Amino acid sequence: MENNSLEKSITLEKRPSKASPMNAALTFAWRALLRIRYVPEQLFDVTVFPIIFLLMFTYLFGGAISGSTGEYLDFVLPGILVMTVAMITMYTGLDLNKDIEKGVFDRFRSLPIWQPSVLVGALLVDVVRYSLAATIMVTLGYILGFRAEAGFSGIVLAVLVILFFAFSLSWVWTMLGIVVRSEKALMAISMMLLFPLTFLSSVFVDPTTMPNWLQYFVDINPITFVVDASRGLIHGYDVSSELMIITYISVGLIAVFGTLTMYFFRNKN
Amino acid sequence: MEQSNKTYAVEADQLVKAFGKERAVDGISLKVPKGIVYGFLGPNGAGKTTMIRMLATLLKPTEGHAKVMGYDLAKEADDVRQSISLTGQFASVDEELSGRENLIFIGRLVGFTRKEAKSRADELLAAFNLQDAAKRQVKKYSGGMRRRIDIAASIVTSPELLFLDEPTTGLDPRSRNEVWDIVRALVKNGTTVFLTTQYLEEADQLADLIGVIDRGVLIAEGTSAELKSSIGVRSLIIEFEDEQDLSKAESIFEGMFTQPPEVDRDHLSISVTMKDQSKAAKAIGELANQQIAVKDFSMQQPSLDDVFLTITGKPAQEEGGEANGE
Repeated sequence: MENNSLEKSITLEKRPSKASPMNAALTFAWRALLRIRYVPEQLFDVTVFPIIFLLMFTYLFGGAISGSTGEYLDFVLPGILVMTVAMITMYTGLDLNKDIEKGVFDRFRSLPIWQPSVLVGALLVDVVRYSLAATIMVTLGYILGFRAEAGFSGIVLAVLVILFFAFSLSWVWTMLGIVVRSEKALMAISMMLLFPLTFLSSVFVDPTTMPNWLQYFVDINPITFVVDASRGLIHGYDVSSELMIITYISVGLIAVFGTLTMYFFRNKN
Repeated sequence: MEQSNKTYAVEADQLVKAFGKERAVDGISLKVPKGIVYGFLGPNGAGKTTMIRMLATLLKPTEGHAKVMGYDLAKEADDVRQSISLTGQFASVDEELSGRENLIFIGRLVGFTRKEAKSRADELLAAFNLQDAAKRQVKKYSGGMRRRIDIAASIVTSPELLFLDEPTTGLDPRSRNEVWDIVRALVKNGTTVFLTTQYLEEADQLADLIGVIDRGVLIAEGTSAELKSSIGVRSLIIEFEDEQDLSKAESIFEGMFTQPPEVDRDHLSISVTMKDQSKAAKAIGELANQQIAVKDFSMQQPSLDDVFLTITGKPAQEEGGEANGE
């Protein structure tokens, strides 16, 4: 070991001043992007998944539900968009859980940084991933014959609403990612919550075809509101009341689960 | 730096950490002067990691309080974090990233500009002999390289106090010596190092002050020399050429030492324990007087087990895997 360079590197006179919260969050985001570069397969969930979902559901159910796949595509694409993005929000929690399990989380928590930046940085990159998934689905949809009646701006608005909701929903998984001890258990819990949430909604079919008791659940399911709002924005009808409710739900999710996440983050044993 | 006039890096007062009913740390008070290596010595599951995690602001103490670099652990956690670094026992860098990326990442987090972070990373890679592996993912590093990048990541900001949790566990002797050199260089340049270890030899080599911990309690504290002399049990081992000499020596030693000598007839060796080292010379001298040929002899350091045996009357408790993750 070259002791001279070692000692020189240790006697560092100037210590940097604390990183700003924004810089710390962006640095965590940079790390997440680097990880994607090393393991591009982790983008399967936002690239291959949406393609498979869209093709599968359009051609499997299209004829039976709407009489033609073309008509069904117009109906189901906004729904699958919401479902796919909602499903991939859970990876935020899984990544966090892995950091904790491996021990690197300890280093982050012992650094003099704005503590929530660990999570905010990861969520920022997730928003990029969600956008990627949305872009791929809409592009594929157009190739298959999907047309948005409200045009491109309608799609952009719908995607923004979905991103906002997904960001809020992510805090549920960050909380679980910190609290739940193993990755497998976390996966099981996430699936258990996400499957009913996405399937028992207006993603695939018109809820009026369902039995009353199920309709009751579907009508209060947050995913239903997001799906209905996206459909409205894409096909050009008024969804201001849905948008209002989504705002309440999202703000509520961030307030409750963001707070809980930070509580468990600080008091992790 | 106004902090530097205070003498202690760590002042812990009756720290307790309970997980449910189990008290992993059960009322530890200690003072670590600045500028030294403090060795926290104990078996697996003794509470070493829990103690370090509390002092590094990762765990809230159940009871008691502590000051780290002059700052109150509970009330000034941010200031504590500003002056310390922690190298955990397990992965303390991101294994998916390269060594250089990890150092730049930490550098950016602690407030360096991109350019500064890069040059700091390169400086540390050179200092820790990791230039060749700079662009390799950390998960492909060997054990020794792994530990070096862990420590390098911890000193990106030149912390005033560095916590090292079992820095050499699982390393080969060469890598272990490299880590020791790093620790010595750090202390020489004014960093205080608080390390945990299971090996008495490591504490002996590095630590200016050693705290012995068992089941969450500090059972002894002192310099290596003080501990050894309080433990006392150093052994003199002598090998002989033949059985006859061995038997003669046995009868001589029976009169000389309070503890009866242990005789190993297969290896023609004899072992006596003593508190006072000077007795070893007397013993050898006596053998020479009696014309008994000595083939070889050596003094053996007390082991961690000897330490525990003497202090607690029991061998070091190995609690194994379960307590590891504490």
